Amino acid sequence: MTLRLAIASLSARALTVGMTILAIALSVALFLGVEKVRTGAKASFADTISGTDLIVGARSGSVQLLLYSVFRIGNATNNVTWASYQDIAARPDVDWIVPISLGDSHRQFRVMGTTQAFFEHYKYRQGRSLEVAEGVLMDDLFDTVIGADVATTLNYKVDDPIIVAHGLASFTEHKDQPFRISGVLEKTGTPVDRTVIVSMEAIEAIHVDWQSGAQIPGRSTPLDVIRSMDLTPKAVTAALVGVESPLQTFALQRAINQYPEEPLLAILPGVALQELWGIVGIAETALLAVSAMVVVTALIGMMATIFSSLNERRREMAIFRAMGARPTTILGMLVFEAMVMAAIGAVLGLALLYIALIIAQPIVDNAFGLWLPIGAPTLQEAKVVLAVICAGAIVSLIPALRAYRMSVADGMMVKT
Amino acid sequence: MTEAVLTLSDVSYRWPGRSAFSLTIPALTVARGETVLLLGESGSGKSTLLSLICGTIQPDRGSVQIADTEVTTLSGSARDRFRAEQIGVIFQQFNLLPFGTVTDNILLPLRFAPERRRRVGDVTKEAARLCSALGLPEGVGRTKADALSVGQQQRVAVARALIGQPPLIIADEPTSALDANSQAAFLDLLFAQTAECKTSLLMVSHDPRLGERFDRVLRIEEITQVERAAA
Repeated sequence: MTLRLAIASLSARALTVGMTILAIALSVALFLGVEKVRTGAKASFADTISGTDLIVGARSGSVQLLLYSVFRIGNATNNVTWASYQDIAARPDVDWIVPISLGDSHRQFRVMGTTQAFFEHYKYRQGRSLEVAEGVLMDDLFDTVIGADVATTLNYKVDDPIIVAHGLASFTEHKDQPFRISGVLEKTGTPVDRTVIVSMEAIEAIHVDWQSGAQIPGRSTPLDVIRSMDLTPKAVTAALVGVESPLQTFALQRAINQYPEEPLLAILPGVALQELWGIVGIAETALLAVSAMVVVTALIGMMATIFSSLNERRREMAIFRAMGARPTTILGMLVFEAMVMAAIGAVLGLALLYIALIIAQPIVDNAFGLWLPIGAPTLQEAKVVLAVICAGAIVSLIPALRAYRMSVADGMMVKT
Repeated sequence: MTEAVLTLSDVSYRWPGRSAFSLTIPALTVARGETVLLLGESGSGKSTLLSLICGTIQPDRGSVQIADTEVTTLSGSARDRFRAEQIGVIFQQFNLLPFGTVTDNILLPLRFAPERRRRVGDVTKEAARLCSALGLPEGVGRTKADALSVGQQQRVAVARALIGQPPLIIADEPTSALDANSQAAFLDLLFAQTAECKTSLLMVSHDPRLGERFDRVLRIEEITQVERAAA
């Protein structure tokens, strides 16, 4: 009967109560949504590269190496010589090694030279492999495979020709050696989507007539001559390494870091990702704090609603008092009502979140490569709902104490 | 006139913060089953008197006995519980919780009075019986209180005061919101029910014409002294 009366009392004030509940619901949905995006982003971020034990590059910082080798952000300060690369590849504890050569671009996208092994060993989102959506992998020297974003942004199809520019944001192009798109990769939500992939040999081939970053004037080696040349790379930008046994990872890392012939750096991708997340994660935490403030604001709005309802409910409280209700019962009723409002609001907010997730999941995955999992409400979400209900009770104590004092003073007589 | 349901003796009350005003009631008795009309204009201290009887305020001295219990010695929450068990209250108007059903409203005092509830037994059935005894339409119990006319609402308030047969009913101008015809009909029903339940009735009004129907008529200025000390 108590619950039914409380709900009847609330529904008698349906408009203001509804608005209050809506405000709480939206704020809770926002808060939980931000939390979902945050964990989703963190997971997506950590899922950018998996299955690789070490990333090797010229000595710089671990975050920098991760940024240019995996995220295609920034540049390598130096390359790794082909001799060092082969030294590492020949080590018995190395299971596989994939070279990466960066430095050229096509429109706003980076061009990456690598080998077929890249498609075999590069894994993302807990061990998923790259798949070709259309066409096939590179077959010819001047074949290229492009990421999903490259294809959609530039409206490219299989067999379209593309010309690679020298350097980044550059006007000099490798016009003499046009590429043909042999395949388009499926969307992965990783930087691979924004990459134009060619073979290591192709990177050498387009630089045949170049020296120190500039084209040698008047020289243009014909394509058939290039094809017959030795196109063994002279250097690589970075390499992805898989070890025979996970136990050897640290020993190999130490060996590479102490490689005497050349200053090299080997990093554990997971550790570097954590380090990088520590930097970008601050923004996410700030966002979470802001959305928590929105929840607090909604609860304060509820408090204001209860306050403004006190005067019109004086009569109701006098009736309760006349029937034998204690002032503490009046206090309890108001707190209970607030908890009912907060609970309905919080659960409605959770429902709104799931509706929004069901609608937005494919859109967000497509647009940002961010996978937001839809599962049963987590313990964390249950805790948030519970916290909102408790906070609602605490906040409502302020007007409820006022009602308590009013009902002590008024007794059962209210001058109306 | 044997057993007294309500006895006030030598009660004195001083309004907090207004020490210049005080109300004294030397003696007031209501016997079991007796109906008493207390006549008084507004501002004559009758609200204070009713609050003293109901125990929402405490006298500075004196004794308030209801059904052989000295109310002034009880704690605040015990007085609230005592009121729920022993006294039925009817206000002038706006007696009911507008959002509750008629049954909700009639059963309201029983939430705070477990013994009274036990006396009733089947509460919904008793509420329906009281409704029909008071001439309310069949099946009115599930109607929302604010859908009723003022006269019907007052009858629901009577049913609420009567349920569980408390020994004393306090009515504060219950007919003032009704027209003359409804007043008479209302009082007929009220008297019929209080007589059946052997409940005492203390009703406050400013209308002396109601007097002839009561066992006893008191004027508030005869039984109380309001002191207004010169400032």
